[in-house]
Amino acid sequence: MAGFAQVGVLLVLLAAAWRPLGDWMARVYTEERDWGVERLVYRVVRVDPRSEQRASTYTVAILAFSFAGIVLLYLLQRLQGLLPWSFDRGPVEAGVAFNTAISFVTNTNWQSYVPETSMGHAVQMTGLTVQNFVSAAVGMAVAVSLIRGFIRSRTDRLGNAWVDIVRGCTRILLPIAAVAAVALVATGVVMSLRSGVDVLGPDGRPSTIALAPTASQESIKELGTNGGGIFNANSAHPFENPNPLSNLFEIFLLLVIPVALTRTFGRMVSSMRQGVSLLAVMAVLWGGMLAVIWTAEATSPSFAGANMEGKEVRFGIPGSALFANSTTGTSTGAVNSLHDSFSAFGGGGAMLNMLFSEMTPGGVGTGLYSILIVAIVAVFLAGLMVGRTPEYLGKRLGRREVTCAVVVVLTMPALVLLGTGLAIALPSTADAMTNSGPHGLSEVLYAYASAANNNGSAFGGLTVTSGFFQTTLGVAMLLGRFLPIVAVLALAGLLARQTRVAPSTGTLSTGTPLFSVLVAGTVVLVAAITFLPALALSPLAEGLA
Amino acid sequence: MTTVHDARPPAEAEQLHATRTGRAVGAGAFRPRQLLESLPTALRKLDPRHQLRNPVMFVVWGGSVVVTVSAILDPSVFAWSIALWLWFTVVFANLAEAVAEGRGQAQADALRSTRTDTVAHRIGPDELVEEVPATDLRVGDRVVVEAGQVIPGDGEIVEGIATVDESAITGESAPVVRESGGDFSSVTGGTTVLSDRIVVRITAKPGESFVDRMIALVEGAQRQKTPNEIALTILLSALTIVFLLAVVTLQPMAGYSGQLQSLVVLVALLVCLIPTTIGALLSAIGIAGMDRLVQRNVLATSGRAVEAAGDVSTLLLDKTGTITYGNRRATALHPLAGVRGADLAAAARRASLADSTPEGRSIVELVARNHGLPAEASAYEATAEFVPFSATTRMSGVNLDGRALRKGATSAVIAWLGPESATDTDRAGLEAISTAVAERGGTPLAVADGSRALGVVELSDVVKPGIAERFAELRTMGIKTVMITGDNPVTARAIAAESGVDDVLAEATPEDKLALIREEQASGRLVAMTGDGTNDAPALAQADVGVAMNSGTAAAKEAGNMVDLDSDPTKLIGVVEVGKQMLITRGALTTFSLANDLAKYFAILPAMFLAIFPQLAALNVMQLATPQSAILSAVIFNALVIVALIPLALRGVRFRPASSDRLLRRNLLVYGLGGVVVPFLGIFAIDLVVRLVPGIG
Repeated sequence: MAGFAQVGVLLVLLAAAWRPLGDWMARVYTEERDWGVERLVYRVVRVDPRSEQRASTYTVAILAFSFAGIVLLYLLQRLQGLLPWSFDRGPVEAGVAFNTAISFVTNTNWQSYVPETSMGHAVQMTGLTVQNFVSAAVGMAVAVSLIRGFIRSRTDRLGNAWVDIVRGCTRILLPIAAVAAVALVATGVVMSLRSGVDVLGPDGRPSTIALAPTASQESIKELGTNGGGIFNANSAHPFENPNPLSNLFEIFLLLVIPVALTRTFGRMVSSMRQGVSLLAVMAVLWGGMLAVIWTAEATSPSFAGANMEGKEVRFGIPGSALFANSTTGTSTGAVNSLHDSFSAFGGGGAMLNMLFSEMTPGGVGTGLYSILIVAIVAVFLAGLMVGRTPEYLGKRLGRREVTCAVVVVLTMPALVLLGTGLAIALPSTADAMTNSGPHGLSEVLYAYASAANNNGSAFGGLTVTSGFFQTTLGVAMLLGRFLPIVAVLALAGLLARQTRVAPSTGTLSTGTPLFSVLVAGTVVLVAAITFLPALALSPLAEGLA
Repeated sequence: MTTVHDARPPAEAEQLHATRTGRAVGAGAFRPRQLLESLPTALRKLDPRHQLRNPVMFVVWGGSVVVTVSAILDPSVFAWSIALWLWFTVVFANLAEAVAEGRGQAQADALRSTRTDTVAHRIGPDELVEEVPATDLRVGDRVVVEAGQVIPGDGEIVEGIATVDESAITGESAPVVRESGGDFSSVTGGTTVLSDRIVVRITAKPGESFVDRMIALVEGAQRQKTPNEIALTILLSALTIVFLLAVVTLQPMAGYSGQLQSLVVLVALLVCLIPTTIGALLSAIGIAGMDRLVQRNVLATSGRAVEAAGDVSTLLLDKTGTITYGNRRATALHPLAGVRGADLAAAARRASLADSTPEGRSIVELVARNHGLPAEASAYEATAEFVPFSATTRMSGVNLDGRALRKGATSAVIAWLGPESATDTDRAGLEAISTAVAERGGTPLAVADGSRALGVVELSDVVKPGIAERFAELRTMGIKTVMITGDNPVTARAIAAESGVDDVLAEATPEDKLALIREEQASGRLVAMTGDGTNDAPALAQADVGVAMNSGTAAAKEAGNMVDLDSDPTKLIGVVEVGKQMLITRGALTTFSLANDLAKYFAILPAMFLAIFPQLAALNVMQLATPQSAILSAVIFNALVIVALIPLALRGVRFRPASSDRLLRRNLLVYGLGGVVVPFLGIFAIDLVVRLVPGIG
């Protein structure tokens, strides 16, 4: 009962935030006026906020910004010894620093390090937290550019990447994250610059419990669908996520922007039905997968009448299932329970959320553009069935538009399948796995699904410190992030150049329940026909046994 | 062969007429025998160079080679069965294309026969006529064609008038009149002059004439992929890559799980998953779409134009001939003051009985309907002497027993009556009525009996029956209709209201038309129009779909991207339907093809891994006998479904004008849900047979 109440409260909170936040974000990206602090930033980085960029320039700006971020973050970790609040944690080992830099810039936040022993507060606050903000802002900028492609006509200008990134931070992420951090402190999340507190353990031996400036990073970790914990145990750690209240609030934070972006989309294309129909797809798939995970965990008892292995007693089955479903349905990857210990179908459900290509409701910005790409593919096929060459929101989907969409759709399955196939073919992989048989395969499949989708959650159980995993997962994160971004921006450029086709009753109407069914069907069918063979050998084989 | 007759078999000619007159989108009967006839062509298409044009089928072709090699190296009933059926899959795909192409062959042969051995009488530089082969003619040459001779090439009449038999290209046996100057000056090579003598200036290079283009089109020889077809091919190729990756990476996962798969099984899985159904039928759908247009006697210069026709959202229709009958018809009688209506009716009837013009017949029909007078002439009336219409008298009528009955232009009738017969009141009355009729957009015909003015017959444009329903259908399809007319706005609006057209362009000049098209296009609409005159050429070129009438000028035909051989402007509506139908067929078969994959997974996946994961038997919902029979059944189903869908690909998915939502719901249900369900039943049924084969079951 308490479980249903949590879901109910969560939905009410999201519904309440949807309209004001969605409308606000639409204003942020359409308004001419700059804030004072923004003008200061533009002056410092010498950007004319009123000059708009072509798709190619916009893309270069986004890529350059991200790669500069990788270099800076890498250097920051390597120079940790010189920074304050490092507590003698020294320079981060090169391979780990490299992997972490990619991981945080790509909004994946996969962690192959133990923060308590390797990352000081300075790197956390000036490195990782900064990327938590800007990588989320980049995702939103790309999504907004795609929307601009739909609403603009006969122009080669998409907007200004620098303005979009800055405004995303100053007007959306920073204000909400600041308020949320205070709220988290109120629920009991710690906020301290001390390295830890010395305690006397129950066994009488002294030990140190690590402390960190947690609340400030925790809020953006969820809000920006990042997921990199300041403690190794992530949101299962009582300092990051002390009680059911903080748990529910964190789930709300990680869903709120992707959900509200559907309203931003509807507002910007001047048809709220378009946004609502996509929201319906997200909601139905999110709800369906929640039912799967929840049921699977509640009905496959390991102890306490349900599968409580790897879960925190303070969250229980509903709090864990809700978190797991939301963290994999967005590209967050924070965890409050051990997904490896989930039942076959429960863990498989979390994996499937990612294999849907992260759009239920997906990451900040990435979720919206991913579902728009699927909508384009769905419209391309269905549009033919009403006897017209396909068009979506008044833009024709021709050869080049379909090519861009196809690149986005192809990237993730290619990375996941090739990575998993390659890894599993190596004899050394068997040693890295905790489990053998189908569950072992699940561990590997989950790792590549998480990296390629920039989710960052770990199934756990797979030791990925080897050079092979660090490299291939790093490549999967990079390509999984930037190939789609390049294709989406190219698509936005193509769309912006077109004249808008006038809608008529002969046009396939999008923004209808039938359209939602179509998009949801495409999401499920594409994931099913791509991954059924792999899933049959992992969660299906395990779960049916 | 220099004499030209309708070389088509009667059945085909009949079909031409049926589709020309009928509303239904040309079905084009498909005979199973065509499959057998096309088999040799299909086998010739096994050439890998041909297969490369179609990425999906090329993968199947490669898979067939691989499986054949492994069947030779490691023979088994299973391996050979799979190899055989994979080759069948490729052959069936070729067959679909071959059948589609073959259907155009008969038409092409008939056309080709008109081209050979034609002798041209060219007027040399010294004005002397010399005999040269038609193939030697160049653009700008002038040739003389006399009665009984075949016109040697496409051109324009520069001198003379003639009746021409165009049945070779239109299938229409009634001769047409062609004359120099004006909008009926163009002639087509291969047609025959029946009377008189004309001088034609050649406008097409040898090998690029109308007939040449038509042959190339119906044979599908120069077929280029249309933009949408290319976009679809990209999507299908991407899916093929995904499945290739899924199957290739399955092997290490299978190895890890403890059971490496044989090459034969992996290829079988791959072929079943990639969208072979649509891949096999895609080009047949395109060829058949063009073929359906040709059956309707419309010739498109490219497949791109056919596709654009499906997208059209604004139709510009000429009023005359399309919305109204070109001829004016009697709609009312207006007697002068003091004249009985019955008297006017009787006189108008007698004056028109012998008049075979549509106007004359319409008067007889009107009085028969409204006054109960007989439509046939009595024996007495048949003795009347007919006075035909002439440009000088501007009247027609009869002389019966010394009584002269006349009908004609009001001023002409008044002049004929003379001042002594027509009183000032009569004259004023006739003129007042006539002015009122003219203001309504009608044509007044004054009627006089001997020396007495009786009244006026009102002729007006009559909207074709059923046209309002047609426009309503177009509206549900999201297509806006605009009537183009030279009439004044008042008349135009009256006709527009009656016909249910959405918009009107009255007192239209060619410039107005062009401006309207540009305006519509700027607001993101695709425009289709028909035209025949040289001054229509700019608008025809600007329109997204410009259908030129075959009776029109060479300039119009050059500017448009389709030519209607029947010169029937109403056909524009049918052209739109053919375009839509082609796109729907493509989308429906793609959806069907992808939805099929689900059932194939349920057949093949448990079969592959039953040995290591017996629990996967839960997925074997079809209760297929053995792993081998399951995989073979899926492959056989995959091949047979192509053959089963060839008729649908050629005929096109049934299209009824409806809103997009209803069309989508219906097609999603039939081809989406049907695509999920049908293969479960099909594979189950095939397995019942296959399990009886020793070594499989």
